[in-house]
Amino acid sequence: MAENLEFEFLCRMGDNALVLGHRLSEWCGHAPVLEEDIAIANVALDLIGQATNWLARAAEVEGAGRGADDLAMLRDAWDFRNVLLVEQPNGDFGQTIMRQMLFDRYHLLLLEALRDSGNAAVAEIAAKSVREVTYHAERSSDLVIRLGDGTEKSHARMQSALELFHPYIGEMLESDDVDLALAEAGTAPRPETLAARYDAAVDEVLDRAMLTRPTHGFVQKGGKSGFMHSEHLGHMLATMQTLQRSFPGAMW
Amino acid sequence: MQPPVEMIWEWLDGVPDPEIPVVSVVDLGIVRSVAWKGDHLDVGVTPTYSGCPATNVIARDVEATLRERGIGKLTVHTRLSPPWTTEWISDRGREKLLDYGIAPPDPRRKGPGKCPRCASGDVHLISQFGSTPCKAQWRCGNCLEPFDYFKCL
Repeated sequence: MAENLEFEFLCRMGDNALVLGHRLSEWCGHAPVLEEDIAIANVALDLIGQATNWLARAAEVEGAGRGADDLAMLRDAWDFRNVLLVEQPNGDFGQTIMRQMLFDRYHLLLLEALRDSGNAAVAEIAAKSVREVTYHAERSSDLVIRLGDGTEKSHARMQSALELFHPYIGEMLESDDVDLALAEAGTAPRPETLAARYDAAVDEVLDRAMLTRPTHGFVQKGGKSGFMHSEHLGHMLATMQTLQRSFPGAMW
Repeated sequence: MQPPVEMIWEWLDGVPDPEIPVVSVVDLGIVRSVAWKGDHLDVGVTPTYSGCPATNVIARDVEATLRERGIGKLTVHTRLSPPWTTEWISDRGREKLLDYGIAPPDPRRKGPGKCPRCASGDVHLISQFGSTPCKAQWRCGNCLEPFDYFKCL
């Protein structure tokens, strides 16, 4: 049970980074300006690197002879443990940036806390990731502010992106049984303990961006528990995993 | 005959970084440890960024260099902790970066102090992300050239 729990947690961390990293990589060559194309690809690269570290550790803990690549490329959607937010399609550039800011602010707080995890391997990967994610959060926050407080058109797109993704915030900050058991074990903080700082950081960005956060408390969830992903994840995996599925054991 | 670790450090100082070949993997602080365990050599390397594609190439280059020097029994292991920081770049490495046109990291301020080409202090951030994970893009207001800045990590 203890190992299952640890495996579950490592998959949650790894899958968040992997799925968002892949989503961002879909922008490669398509972003509105060259600098942003480069920045998005860099953030994707950091996240996929972090996913490799988390999933390699998950595979080690599982002890079933699988590696990081097997977990990334040969699991089906129902075995993924990422939050629903990160699997949502890119939409327009504004949606991608809003999704990124909402995740980065959570990711940064979580990694900062995980540096003090009672689980040494978790603390090590978190310490490695946290400074990379500091740059991610700085960039996505800056862009949300510039686009929100930009033209009438960019403001309208950012406001609608915020309304679209707002229901997905709750899943990151609400505990389920796995979170509670991990907190009990000293591996990870209870997500609720991050909520006040998350809200303060996000509200500051939204304020400066002249955007209005919806007040309803509706929450979309089911991703991190694996209960039910959105239809988008399966489509994304079909693309991401096509080579390993079509040519099992391919090496290059 | 077992070469002393000082000599091995010198050999590794001849291994260039694959992305920025003007500096060695020792200059960058990527090689963290060299130790004999009996007749077996153990070399520890650390990635700069989690997703840096050069990490595997560096481990391979380090191994190939040592094998060419006749060391048969060796392991190159990757370690994450303590995490790599730009503070580990040697003074010589920083000078070489500057000569190459890359402003070295400056932990005292949030960017390069001066343009690596014309030394003007009139420099502006274009993007925190550049051609490799470790670099940001800046431009000089004096000579008007864009340049890379090795950002602090």
